[in-house]
Amino acid sequence: MCFEAKPLLKLALAPVLMLLSLSAAAAGGEPNQINMSPGATEVGRQIYDLHMIILWICVVIGIGVFGVMFYSIIYHRKSRGVTPATFHESTKVEILWTVVPFIILIGMAVPATSTLIDIYDNDDAELDVLVTGYQWKWKYEYLDENGENVSFFSNLRTPQSEIYNTADKGEHYLLEVDEPLVLPAGTKVRFLITANDVIHSWWVPELAVKKDAIPGFINETWTRTDQEGIYRGQCAELCGKDHGFMPIVVHVVSKEEYGQWLGEKQAAAAEIKELMAQTFTLDELMERGKAVYERNCLACHGASGEGGVGTAIAGSAIATGDLDGHLDVGINGVPGTAMQAFGAQLNDVDMAAVITYQRNAFGNNMGDAVQPIDVYNHKKG
Amino acid sequence: MGDHHHGPAKGLSRWLFTTNHKDIGTMYLWFAFAMFLLGGFFAMVIRAELFQPGMQLVEPAFFNQMTTMHGLVMVFGAIMPSFVGLANWLIPMMIGAPDMALPRMNNWSFWILPPAFLLLASTLFMEGGAPAFGWTFYAPLSTTYAPPSVTFFIFCIHILGLSSIMGSINIIATVMNMRAPGMTYMKMPLFVWTWLITAFLLVAVMPVLAGAVTMMLMDVHFGTSFFSAAGGGDPVLFQHVFWFFGHPEVYIIILPAFGVVSQIIPAFSRKPLFGYDSMVYATASIAFLSFIVWAHHMYTVGIPVAGELFFMYATMLIAVPTGVKVFNWVTTMWRGALSFETPMLFSIGFLVLFTLGGFTGLMLSIAPADFQYHDSYFVVAHFHYVMVAGAVFSMTAAVYFWLPKWCGRMYNESMGKTHFWISFIGFNLTFFPQHFVGLAGMPRRIPDYALQFADFNMMSSIGAFIYGASQLLFLYNVIATIVAGKPVSDEKVWDGAEGLEWTVPTPAPYHTFEVPPRIDPAHAHS
Repeated sequence: MCFEAKPLLKLALAPVLMLLSLSAAAAGGEPNQINMSPGATEVGRQIYDLHMIILWICVVIGIGVFGVMFYSIIYHRKSRGVTPATFHESTKVEILWTVVPFIILIGMAVPATSTLIDIYDNDDAELDVLVTGYQWKWKYEYLDENGENVSFFSNLRTPQSEIYNTADKGEHYLLEVDEPLVLPAGTKVRFLITANDVIHSWWVPELAVKKDAIPGFINETWTRTDQEGIYRGQCAELCGKDHGFMPIVVHVVSKEEYGQWLGEKQAAAAEIKELMAQTFTLDELMERGKAVYERNCLACHGASGEGGVGTAIAGSAIATGDLDGHLDVGINGVPGTAMQAFGAQLNDVDMAAVITYQRNAFGNNMGDAVQPIDVYNHKKG
Repeated sequence: MGDHHHGPAKGLSRWLFTTNHKDIGTMYLWFAFAMFLLGGFFAMVIRAELFQPGMQLVEPAFFNQMTTMHGLVMVFGAIMPSFVGLANWLIPMMIGAPDMALPRMNNWSFWILPPAFLLLASTLFMEGGAPAFGWTFYAPLSTTYAPPSVTFFIFCIHILGLSSIMGSINIIATVMNMRAPGMTYMKMPLFVWTWLITAFLLVAVMPVLAGAVTMMLMDVHFGTSFFSAAGGGDPVLFQHVFWFFGHPEVYIIILPAFGVVSQIIPAFSRKPLFGYDSMVYATASIAFLSFIVWAHHMYTVGIPVAGELFFMYATMLIAVPTGVKVFNWVTTMWRGALSFETPMLFSIGFLVLFTLGGFTGLMLSIAPADFQYHDSYFVVAHFHYVMVAGAVFSMTAAVYFWLPKWCGRMYNESMGKTHFWISFIGFNLTFFPQHFVGLAGMPRRIPDYALQFADFNMMSSIGAFIYGASQLLFLYNVIATIVAGKPVSDEKVWDGAEGLEWTVPTPAPYHTFEVPPRIDPAHAHS
């Protein structure tokens, strides 16, 4: 139970601990971690070394400067009856303390430059993943040479009850998602990063990757790790209300396991294609729709459709009105508001289900079962 | 002298219509303190919500309004106006001028501030809430995705910019034209020098900020796409324009603070400032460098590697003149005869903590390492070390140092020292642990956090409440001094203080230096 370690004692010792930890750097995500983690990549190790070198240089300079200052504070006090000196300039020392720091800075700039050039080397990637930031979730798309792209959204999995303190918080509170990004170990992965609405920033400390996701532009960065495991991160750029609630989870697995996972995802995508041609009962749609609602709509429209950032769905004119109008809002969004166009985010089955759910839950009682084909036809116009 | 002159007008009209630099300085200082308490209240809301994991007090949307308003109010409402107030009070008295060069404009540049902040504060009660996009208001979160109150925010920024530009023109005109005969540039007190350079920075960059918010206004209301890729614009353009203003802005905040401690440390060391000339050159170098380093706030937006290297090298260079300043202050103390009254305590506090903030600044300048630091709590810790322990501590030192001259009464020394120690402990308890959570991966501007950050956040919140409460002690001490402090009548309140402001009677009369003083040509700068 590290959380119960005496926090004040820890604080008092923290600067010392921080310096001692240079050789025994903690793995990321430990309670009360006080230093950067070298993480699981070569670049991360280089960044960590740079960080520690500069920290040490600062510590040495600090000891010198503060040492002189505290010597004065102790020995050059008026209360000791000293007579103040009158000197007030010396060209020699002025030149000295301009030139010496300059040389130290050059010493820092050399390793920093080489690390930076490594970070910018996006060539020879074996796998490309398109990362798109949305308010407030991430979309991952594995770019495949044969056009068999696999894509999915990754949403916060922590339930509202934990956030609002009605349930105990789990171990990975706020750092857990419904569907993680899966990457093969020992592979150079290139990320193409962009956003759909506002600027986000994709940050996984352990993978030493942070890059802004900018709507309309594509940024590149890369990572490569041999260590299989789970790495967690968060959006780093303020992106609106739920900026604190769009985590990133990356599972790094063996190449075989990755291949198997990718195969399953491709099969599931094919299955959705088949489902699109089917007809569902109202109950089936309601069950599926509830899950889709909780993942995509709840944050703005409330757990009982009571509204919030978004308008109320319970008793709303749209959800209890003409089906075409309702589909239009769901698929195309409402321009100029926070209501996004979900047409590209949800497949037709999920869209049909969630529209059905909204029309038949929260006291709405339209009784219509919207089918995937209805969504398809609406999109076709 | 001055007996035949009229004193202040009576009642409210004294303050409304005054053109007296001392009255206007006083109003600026009180206004800034009121904003400091308001911005501090917002900070308390933030720290109360972050006391424990989970959402307890406010909703995420409101939390974002608090962080945004906290930043805006502190930067534009508290720190900047407080130093303008100090400039108003002191620059004429330090250079032997009877008043500011442009006294009516001086009145106006103050009086447009309160309505601007009233407007900004009123957005909290508007439909859709106050601005919630951070004090850096990155587009398109601040344009396409902004609450309707963004228009009021833009108007407020325009007024603040107008006020700052007018204040700066006034300072430049005063310093250039109204120095007493014999007061050459290289004899000016360092506070006057740092403000002169600051004023040039303000005149240069406030129009850039005005340009940024005007482009936002056009994007929001008139269908342009400066910051929207869909219409051929670029969201990153906003950041370039903003930080072209924003980086000089942080020196606008810190340079006058440098000036203040350069007056106070020699006074309580009873020894002249070491390296006066190099202090002036270092200040000018910092001001120049501030224009060519802006993209170090944007290392992660995807600028090309050559650009990253340029901005990294230029940013690292700032450590040189800043180092010179710190070394000069320490050497000023060396072999002096030090005493530790409250202004000196706050100045030493400044020196220690600002230097720590400078170290983290150097770390942040290293572009590859910044990929881990950027937008984490490490940055929050860094800029509070330079903004609070830098600017606010030096401002507090200034108030204790010159208050006896202003009102002819001495503050309560032991209460002042208590204020210092509580502030110092509270401040460090708040912000030192934020380095740790930042390095461990906690992003800034989040209303809730993972469990691994819980202990340090709780410490931070406790520290913030202590620091916040200590400011009420400050307020009490200042009011008690003005109302019933022990009268002082020595012209030189502090035995080690140098400068023309210490040659006028205490308390400083309503009009000073109607006849310019004579400056001994052999006498060095003060």
